[in-house]
Amino acid sequence: MRYPGGSLKHMTLPVKGWIQRFALVLFIGAALGLMVMGRADVRLIERLRVVMTDIATPVLDVLSRPVASVSEAIEYGRGLLALNAENARLREENARLRNWESVARRLGRENAALRALLNMADDPRLSFVTARVVADSGGVFVRTVLINAGARDGLRNGQAVITGDGLVGRVVETGERSARVLLLTDLNARVPVVVEQSRVPAILAGDNSDRPRLSFIPVNATVSPGERIVTSGQGGMLPPGLPIGTVAAIEDGVVRVEPFVDWATLEYVRVLDYALPGVLPSTRSAGRAGPLQ
Amino acid sequence: MTAEALRRIEKGLRGLTPVAMTLALMLMVALPLPLPGFAQVTPAVTLIAVYHWSIYRPDLLPLGATFALGLMQDILTGAPLGLTSLVLLLLRSIVVSQRRFFHGKTFMVEWWGFMLVAPGATVASWMLVSLYFGAVVNPRSSGVQLALTVALYPVLTWLFGRAQHSLLKQV
Repeated sequence: MRYPGGSLKHMTLPVKGWIQRFALVLFIGAALGLMVMGRADVRLIERLRVVMTDIATPVLDVLSRPVASVSEAIEYGRGLLALNAENARLREENARLRNWESVARRLGRENAALRALLNMADDPRLSFVTARVVADSGGVFVRTVLINAGARDGLRNGQAVITGDGLVGRVVETGERSARVLLLTDLNARVPVVVEQSRVPAILAGDNSDRPRLSFIPVNATVSPGERIVTSGQGGMLPPGLPIGTVAAIEDGVVRVEPFVDWATLEYVRVLDYALPGVLPSTRSAGRAGPLQ
Repeated sequence: MTAEALRRIEKGLRGLTPVAMTLALMLMVALPLPLPGFAQVTPAVTLIAVYHWSIYRPDLLPLGATFALGLMQDILTGAPLGLTSLVLLLLRSIVVSQRRFFHGKTFMVEWWGFMLVAPGATVASWMLVSLYFGAVVNPRSSGVQLALTVALYPVLTWLFGRAQHSLLKQV
């Protein structure tokens, strides 16, 4: 009785090992294949990604709520501690802003009158969708966040994502109820910008660091620290004039921009629906959206 | 008969512990925590999980599950699809081939082993990503992430060990 059992074991062990090795090679091959196909922008891979993200987003949405509540509670406590100082600061700011308001009103009227005189083409209307950041996933190699709004809310690839502070990034993947936002700081992010005062055009290029750099600055142009950088609107995907950041430092000819957005406290973002009429195919209007102005 | 069936189901569910724990940890570190810069250096929990389970229970974290976990992580983080799967599969095959070495050894030896393979995995993924994007990716975040991952290792393995003792004894 011992003999057949032994021989069977002798036979099955190598076979099992062989199958294991074969499976390993198969899975490694599959992983490599996925990477190659992803690099070649295969449609199927992108679909797979979007569908899986759609499945994961509701889970992340639920999980991230307590985290958000806790950080809100901490913020609240901090706010209570600094109530007096904050109040004084806000009063002062309010006085200053009231001044600005009257200036803005005057300029708005003047602008409208001049536009009417020149018969200038209107900028397309802006509408927006507000979404919550459910995963600050990104990781080491990419700078992205997941938001809980998708195609059913009117989102499309390429739309600008902003907070009250400034531009956050662009929508790069749109699922039915989720979307991935490529942050300004990502290695693959490129945004056409201008220096607000001097109107020097440039491209803001992310490199995974916290401060993206300005490239393609015209040779004879000068950029100095402290200058504000805004979107130029070239390419027609982003509205012009969205604030991005200030020039932080110029090291060895590399101009670095400190974005206005605080990446650590990214909680709610607005996705702008902006399309130049006739330039891009029109899509259905965004739900839950309101006019910006 | 039904009792037998129930027992089998229970055993099967318990056997899912390693995969389920890894998945839960992966989702947890993806949440938007209000910590500046944390998202860029979130510890690689999958690396820890695959290393640990490959030593103690490779049968409960088979090749297919390793592949799927890596895929899930790439989808979640937006990294090149297949990257983490590839690194985790390589890690698993190396650790499984050496796992007898770790049996009966102290925790320090296990941790030391992790300190040897984790940099390898980090360098491998950094090189793969740099190839993928055709640009040298800044290695700083990778370095910080590696340090955090090694530091987190004792905590997570303690958790895994508890689960192993309470749930997986008879599985």
